[in-house]
Amino acid sequence: MSTNGAVVRGKPGRWALRRRRATAGAVQGGPSWRPRGVAQWAGAILVMTFVTAWAVVSLVPLVWLFTTALTPSSALLRIPPDVSVRNFSLDNFKLLQERAPLLPRWFLNTVLVASAVTVFNLFFDTLAGYTFAKLQFPGRDIIFWTILCTMMIPGQVTLVPMFMIVKALHWYDSYFAILVPAMAGVFGIFLMKQYIQTLPSEIEDAARVDGCSEFGIWWRIILPLCKPGMAVLGIFVFMAEWKAFMWPLIVLKTESKFMLEQGLATLQQQFFTDYGLLMSGAAFSAVPMILVFFVFQRYLMEGWSVGGVLKG
Amino acid sequence: MPGAMSPTVASARRYGRNPYLQTLRLIRKKKWAYIFIAPDVLLFLCFIVVPVVRSFMLAFQEFRLSGNVWVGLDNFKYVLTDPVFGAAMRNTALYTVVMVPQNIIVALLLASILRHLSERTQSLFRAAYYLPGVASAVVISMVWKWIYDPNFGLFNFLLSKIGLGPYPWLTSPRTSLFSIMLMGILAAPGGFIILYLAAMKKIPRELYEVADIDGATPIRKWWNITLPLLKPTTLYLAIVSTIGSFQIFTAAYVMTQGGPGYSTTTVVYLIYNTAFRDFEFGLASAQAVILFLVIVAVSVFNFRRFSTDVQY
Repeated sequence: MSTNGAVVRGKPGRWALRRRRATAGAVQGGPSWRPRGVAQWAGAILVMTFVTAWAVVSLVPLVWLFTTALTPSSALLRIPPDVSVRNFSLDNFKLLQERAPLLPRWFLNTVLVASAVTVFNLFFDTLAGYTFAKLQFPGRDIIFWTILCTMMIPGQVTLVPMFMIVKALHWYDSYFAILVPAMAGVFGIFLMKQYIQTLPSEIEDAARVDGCSEFGIWWRIILPLCKPGMAVLGIFVFMAEWKAFMWPLIVLKTESKFMLEQGLATLQQQFFTDYGLLMSGAAFSAVPMILVFFVFQRYLMEGWSVGGVLKG
Repeated sequence: MPGAMSPTVASARRYGRNPYLQTLRLIRKKKWAYIFIAPDVLLFLCFIVVPVVRSFMLAFQEFRLSGNVWVGLDNFKYVLTDPVFGAAMRNTALYTVVMVPQNIIVALLLASILRHLSERTQSLFRAAYYLPGVASAVVISMVWKWIYDPNFGLFNFLLSKIGLGPYPWLTSPRTSLFSIMLMGILAAPGGFIILYLAAMKKIPRELYEVADIDGATPIRKWWNITLPLLKPTTLYLAIVSTIGSFQIFTAAYVMTQGGPGYSTTTVVYLIYNTAFRDFEFGLASAQAVILFLVIVAVSVFNFRRFSTDVQY
């Protein structure tokens, strides 16, 4: 430090550089702005109130879900509704056990199907992502772009023919109908290609020279290196499958085979004003998603940022 | 390796100069690449490409158990003169016209404010905005149906405190579609905000420094630097969210069953009913094809409107 006491004019000093680096995360590229004077402070406070109020308002439905799930229906259907911590009880959940005995089953179905879809996606998307990122072969780009273009096709266009295919294959009312078409995803292939492109090629080349098989290179070298990318993909696929509603609604008919979302919609039609009961059921779907969010928040944000590269 | 020949020379020796045979040999040599992408290509062929083609064919056919009959444009004639389809198209278009700009503008405003905050505060707000989005559409629709309940719901209760209401919300054809929109308006578009924040970080800070030297005000910098450079992100969001909002189904299914009357019947909800309640597969396919064409047209419009050559 002492040797650098004198700062050469025209060059930023060490502390200036350090300060710039420290603030780089927050305002990098942004106009750094601090309020000065009464008017600017008032403006800043107003803006922060707006930002905070919107956050609170958008959290209201979740808060309402959990408070009313924990409040007995007798207190909810009173005017005014008696929602206070004093009333909290697990009555709704006990009632749910009685009235919707299949709910744990639906929950388990969803966990299993969503996990299976995730595992298949991780396998196939990473394999294809690696191929498109690192291997050279005739037709590579045209195949990749064709696959990417299918992403623009809305799922509803294929709904009726998909249903007929499922019927013809005798997959109606079976998890094959949900699992097989979802085994690979365009977004996943794109995501993994982007990720694997950033990995250095030296190790693969070395392995190839040593006589490692192509599959071996992917399995032993690429897979261990792309765990962070796979975490992002896995979380996205799992959440999407957990929330899937329309397709299970079409292809599953036996009540014990239902997925959770579909089951909840059925409950809604059966007990349509027993809100306490319905909210306690909805909590079964919301809580795992919220847990996933808090545990893997970093990966979710990353996935959104990469998704933004998909322009066109 | 002395005496080793490059692959092209080797294949030229073996197959002469026939480029066709050379390509074939290259393909054989790279067979692993094709094997790696085969499962994905096969899945997309079976469950995207074939269904899309079938969907376009079905739109010109009438579905009968004895086999489909070609009926020319009859399905389209029926659908385009069907007042229910007209109502569904109007509802969906109105929903899209309100929701897409609203979501993008709110995300842009909130992100523009959040970027000036410290990294820690930013991540707190990001989480608050994103959290409601992790709950599934079924769960959110169930909660909002409860919030909108005309007798015991949260909204009418709060409004009665200030002497307003009770409003019918979902139970009147005049307010039902508006209520579904309000549900989306009040939820902050968490994913969009994350995407905008990531894009803002990539804008080089030199641009702002130069603007500072020129004495530009913060609003001027936002309008002349930030907004133009965010155009690619806006384009992406406009296209993706338009496609998404044209496909709205779950809210209509869970909250209103398309009613009262046809006031909340959306196109996809109508397709679902036509196909899986009435089993009119031909008509449903015609509806889906029209929806697809509308989505393509709007995407092209968005692309023209927001595409840009700005590079940074």
